[in-house]
Amino acid sequence: MIEVRWHGRGGQGAVTSVELLAVSAIAAGKFAQGFPSFGPERRGAPVAAFTRVADKKINVRSGIYEPDVVLVLDSSLIGLINVTEGLKPDGKLIVNTPKSPEDIRKALDYKGTLALVDGTGIARKEMGVPIANTTMIGALLKVTGIMELDAMKEAIEHRFGRIAQKNLNAMKRAYDEIKIYN
Amino acid sequence: MGKRIGMEVAIAVAEAVGLCDIDMAAVYPITPQSHIAEHLSDLVANGEIDAEFVTVESEHSAMSAVIGASGAGARSFTATSSQGLMLMHELLPIASAMRLPICMAIANRAVSGPLNILNDHTDIMPQRDSGWISLFVENGQEAIDLSIQAFKIAEHKDVMLPVCVNIDGFQLTHMVEPFEMPSKEEVEKFLPPFVPHATLHPAKPVTMGAFAMSDYFTEIMKAKNEALKSSKKVILEVWDEWARLFGRAYKPVETYQAEDADVLMLTMGSMGETAQMAIDQLRAKGIKAGLVKLRLWRPFPLAEIKAVLKNVKKLIVTDRAISFGGPGGPVFSEIKSAMYAEARRPLIYNYIYGLGGRDVAVGEFVGMFDKVLADTKNEAADTYEFWGVRE
Repeated sequence: MIEVRWHGRGGQGAVTSVELLAVSAIAAGKFAQGFPSFGPERRGAPVAAFTRVADKKINVRSGIYEPDVVLVLDSSLIGLINVTEGLKPDGKLIVNTPKSPEDIRKALDYKGTLALVDGTGIARKEMGVPIANTTMIGALLKVTGIMELDAMKEAIEHRFGRIAQKNLNAMKRAYDEIKIYN
Repeated sequence: MGKRIGMEVAIAVAEAVGLCDIDMAAVYPITPQSHIAEHLSDLVANGEIDAEFVTVESEHSAMSAVIGASGAGARSFTATSSQGLMLMHELLPIASAMRLPICMAIANRAVSGPLNILNDHTDIMPQRDSGWISLFVENGQEAIDLSIQAFKIAEHKDVMLPVCVNIDGFQLTHMVEPFEMPSKEEVEKFLPPFVPHATLHPAKPVTMGAFAMSDYFTEIMKAKNEALKSSKKVILEVWDEWARLFGRAYKPVETYQAEDADVLMLTMGSMGETAQMAIDQLRAKGIKAGLVKLRLWRPFPLAEIKAVLKNVKKLIVTDRAISFGGPGGPVFSEIKSAMYAEARRPLIYNYIYGLGGRDVAVGEFVGMFDKVLADTKNEAADTYEFWGVRE
């Protein structure tokens, strides 16, 4: 089982992403959970959302405290909240940022596997908006290999209709462009 | 067997109710039930189901509207949470006394105060004696299945009682997870059209909700109690049929690794699956631990509980509510009362946990077992404790 914690801000679509991921993983024959950090929703405030994906039925229903992967949707949260809290020693940290790996490592005092992509820059170019939640799904799939990129197509089309292709293009670019630093 | 799909459980519950050919719904939105209300209203507005969606100004009005509609012969549905259920409280015993087969989804949430929107069972517990059939589910599949079964149970001529399905708020309602959704055709085959016993109609006047003084009131109360008790027979029949049609079996009391267990834990609702993982860990260490899951809260499954608990030495009853100033959690009281006259009965421990959405991880369930097993002098038996409380 892979457990992923997403960090974003209210309104950036972290909850939408975990939902799309879970729906797609289930459609691809896996077992999955997608859930928000339960509670009131406030635009702009730090939020977390969670994904579990497994090959067999998932029984655990408590929160995720030791994720395998942390995905930071909004790098302005770095320094504001402890994004690497509980991340497994062999875990992976994915950050949406144009910054260098050295900058991120220094800011977080983090030595583990790091994966970086300028998701917001890609989203701006491909969709004309600085909302990188679907873009970063591409990054997550590349780093984790949870499923093929194509497995997201149906859920994205169902959710976004006529702007689905732009989301898929942005997702593909993040998948291709993300750089992994061990 | 259908294909597994992924969907948020609250949306799936609305979809399942939408398959049940309801005539009307009156739902006032409240967190964490809101997605049920929103999606059901979408289904009606989009013409996907042929039903009346009555927008009401409160939960008291919602329950009043479904009572009226059910009395007129409409298959009626509502849903609520927490304070909304508290506001319905006045009308709940009226619905059951009038023998109206209303179905209600409850997205269980803590009752104020302080204001809290997260999950526990403090909303349903004060409704215990309202005469409704009350069922608990532990995952999305069960929420869907029981939401459909509820209509068949409620409307059976030997039952004619309202049914509520308790679905833990957030932990279940806001979870995207896999399940099989029955098809419209399958549900049509399972659920016959609603044939009311009597209906409100100007051409055929009847009295519903009549006046009764001391000369008849006791007899009416006994009749209501008999109706609720004997509904279990129908519930079991409906579950048998469901198992035949859909391959998923339901029981009033479900067990996991309980047969040879020295120590058992009892849960209700969504904690069951996480507790099951703790049982696996304990068994791996050679501890004979097991789990009992109470699905049927009312009518209370006395015989089944006695049968499951008769050989166990220690029992941990978990509660997500407290009877303030009372003997402990409400489930604990029920279980103790059920076992009191038995020649062989376990030592019973009570942990009050998961209040107002407080998370309980697998390790904490293991911790409860460890603590009870370490109590070799049985000093904590028959007492209750707020698990994990900071003092």
